[in-house]
Amino acid sequence: MALADARTGSGEPPKVSLLYNPALRSAVYQIVTLVVIVAAVWYAWHNVVQNLARANMTAGFGFLNSRAGFDVAQSLIAYSSDSTYFRALQVGLINTLVIAAAGVVTATIVGLLVGIGRLSHNWLIAKLCTVYVEIFRNIPPLLVIFFWYLGVLALLPSIRTIFQHVKENPDAAFFISNRGIYMPAPVFGENFGIVLAAFALGVVAAIAFTIWANARQRATGKRPPVLWVNLGLIVLFPLIVFVVVGAPLTLDYPVPGSFNMKGGMVIGPEFLALYLALSLYTASFIAEIVRAGIRGVSKGQSEASYALGLRPGQATRLVVLPQALRIIIPPLTSQYLNLIKNSSLAVAVGYADLVAVGGTILNQSGKSIEIIAIWMVIYVSISLITSLFMNWFNAKMALVER
Amino acid sequence: MTENISYIRDHFLEAEKPPAANSSAFAWIRNNLFSTWKDAVLTILAVAALVYYVPKAVNWLFISAVWTGADRTACLTVDQGGQLESGWNGACWAYVNDRFVQFMFGSYPRDELWRPLLVAAMFVALLVPLLIPKVPRKGLNALLLLVVFPIVSFFLLIGGFGLRHVETSLWGGLMVTLIISFVGIVVSLPAGILLALGRRSSMPIMKTASIFFIELIRGVPLITVLFMASVLLPLFLTPGNNIDKFLRALIGVSIFASAYMAEVIRGGLQAIPKGQYEAADALGLNYFHKMTFIVLPQAIKLVIPGIVNTFIGMFKDTSLVTIISMYDLLGIVKASFGDSGWITPVTPLTGLIFAGFVFWIFCFGMSRYSAFVERRLDTSHKR
Repeated sequence: MALADARTGSGEPPKVSLLYNPALRSAVYQIVTLVVIVAAVWYAWHNVVQNLARANMTAGFGFLNSRAGFDVAQSLIAYSSDSTYFRALQVGLINTLVIAAAGVVTATIVGLLVGIGRLSHNWLIAKLCTVYVEIFRNIPPLLVIFFWYLGVLALLPSIRTIFQHVKENPDAAFFISNRGIYMPAPVFGENFGIVLAAFALGVVAAIAFTIWANARQRATGKRPPVLWVNLGLIVLFPLIVFVVVGAPLTLDYPVPGSFNMKGGMVIGPEFLALYLALSLYTASFIAEIVRAGIRGVSKGQSEASYALGLRPGQATRLVVLPQALRIIIPPLTSQYLNLIKNSSLAVAVGYADLVAVGGTILNQSGKSIEIIAIWMVIYVSISLITSLFMNWFNAKMALVER
Repeated sequence: MTENISYIRDHFLEAEKPPAANSSAFAWIRNNLFSTWKDAVLTILAVAALVYYVPKAVNWLFISAVWTGADRTACLTVDQGGQLESGWNGACWAYVNDRFVQFMFGSYPRDELWRPLLVAAMFVALLVPLLIPKVPRKGLNALLLLVVFPIVSFFLLIGGFGLRHVETSLWGGLMVTLIISFVGIVVSLPAGILLALGRRSSMPIMKTASIFFIELIRGVPLITVLFMASVLLPLFLTPGNNIDKFLRALIGVSIFASAYMAEVIRGGLQAIPKGQYEAADALGLNYFHKMTFIVLPQAIKLVIPGIVNTFIGMFKDTSLVTIISMYDLLGIVKASFGDSGWITPVTPLTGLIFAGFVFWIFCFGMSRYSAFVERRLDTSHKR
């Protein structure tokens, strides 16, 4: 009976002093914390109001509709100095996304190659990849950006040299100068929409074919030539359509203007410096992640697949890589997030990303609280969306346990 | 049957040499460089690239480089207004040599340089024993390094007790880089532990506040946190305050580092088996004792490599204070490019290679140390 009492606690909680009551203690701690946080926020808010009143400023986002008055060198959407601050921030956001997307793609490819290279049986390749990784991941990305921008790209031929070059070779279409890389710009004719539609159709057909091929492989054990058929659907079919509708694409060549090249497309040195630095820096981390991922797959897996008669390429593609991906994806996500956040270093070389544009607005209008709030909201949203996507991808790749 | 009819060999055979095809240098080359035709192509390409680029780089860095000189003319060619023959291209180490003290200490008064040097000596004297596992009294050592040393060096660097006051605006160079990262480390460790404990706490308010802080700071780039510290902080404080610019940068970096450190330490806390917590509860330890004596010592030991990696990241990230116009190593090197005494086409490249080399030495050293600790702590079963 005594035992049963002890087990059920005989109804009443043990008598302890109120001072030692865990629930009460936790409530007190939390209330104290809450009071401290509220007091700090109130103190800050009170000071902000006073400081703004002293400087004769008002808070609020109304300023976003006033005229920006500054120019942005690189803009993918229509923008002039007469546009609003809001428009300027949109330009900045798009530029941030462009550099982030370009960087993520390049860093992944370079990182994958270097990571596999470090595990190569070829001693020289493995050592070279190691040297690359050890150099780049131990140097601040900002320094690498300056290295490209001030140390390398600034030493390229000046625009005057390019003018001279054009005089001597009138047919040249690509120029590399210290003001960027000039190249012909595509000008789309009216029928180009048909080509785009053909391309979309090709992609849809390729997906459908892949699904059918997988089903057929499961049913018969034979794998149809997926790669060649898909390549034909995605590349050849739009190409044929392109020729049939009369090649509705012309090129706009860059030609010397009075002070600068006119026409064509230009990739500015700011973008190039940032792009090269971010991709190469992040690639060194991705290489390490890839290496750890591949090494994390037990050797028995590849030996087993050889025993089943798979060729080395198939073993890597069908057995090792899918398992390595499970180890790779979570840290890869945080590298992508780092790259996106590091793209804010654009401000150091004047590439008009979100932070650079916001910084200009901040200096012009003095709306520091609003601008920093906008930055934080946008970056946190980008981070959240990226991690949601990568979590979804991770779940898709994860081991399905039965 | 006692006569010796032993037919079992009573001594070992001499080991034979492995076949020459497997052990010679030639075999090594064949196995490691030319095992397949793809390997052969890659090797030949790599060798060609090395033969082409390495001599060029060595030549640029050392052979053609200018080592002595008083101003820019030493590193300019004749047609640029200097002394070197036209077509010359090489590093201008004379410029790094000339600006070296500035790169290390910024504009710190030259007759007071013994103060930062003394701080550096104390730092090394306290850090080295802490890093060598065999040296005893780690607790006292850590206390000296993380609590006593910062206070002493603060007064040594800024002045007081009879020493001349030195404005923080005069500080610069590697000194600032090291100070910012050290302060970041000293603040972020305890702050990170508190945030990590808060995030794993069962008290909803602590938990929400910690998660909000950590995720907000980790979701935004350091540069926005630095802008926040340098632009918003003065707005948040009583009107008319004049908070030191250097202090603002320190606060920004510390906030940022704490959020990252919290996540690393949380990883360690999660790796401690539940039994440890329950055993501590069973022994009647309160929360504080349970954490300080049972959980944290194990958790932190587990994540030392992660902590060192955070330090490396932080050390590299201090270079971002350049953007809010402070003169850390990178900032001062970059500022010196505009110095009329040394404007040459090769100055930026030389300066950046120098700064990169200094950053690289520190980060590479830390990452080697982290790998060493990882190997020491590694008791897991290798596959």
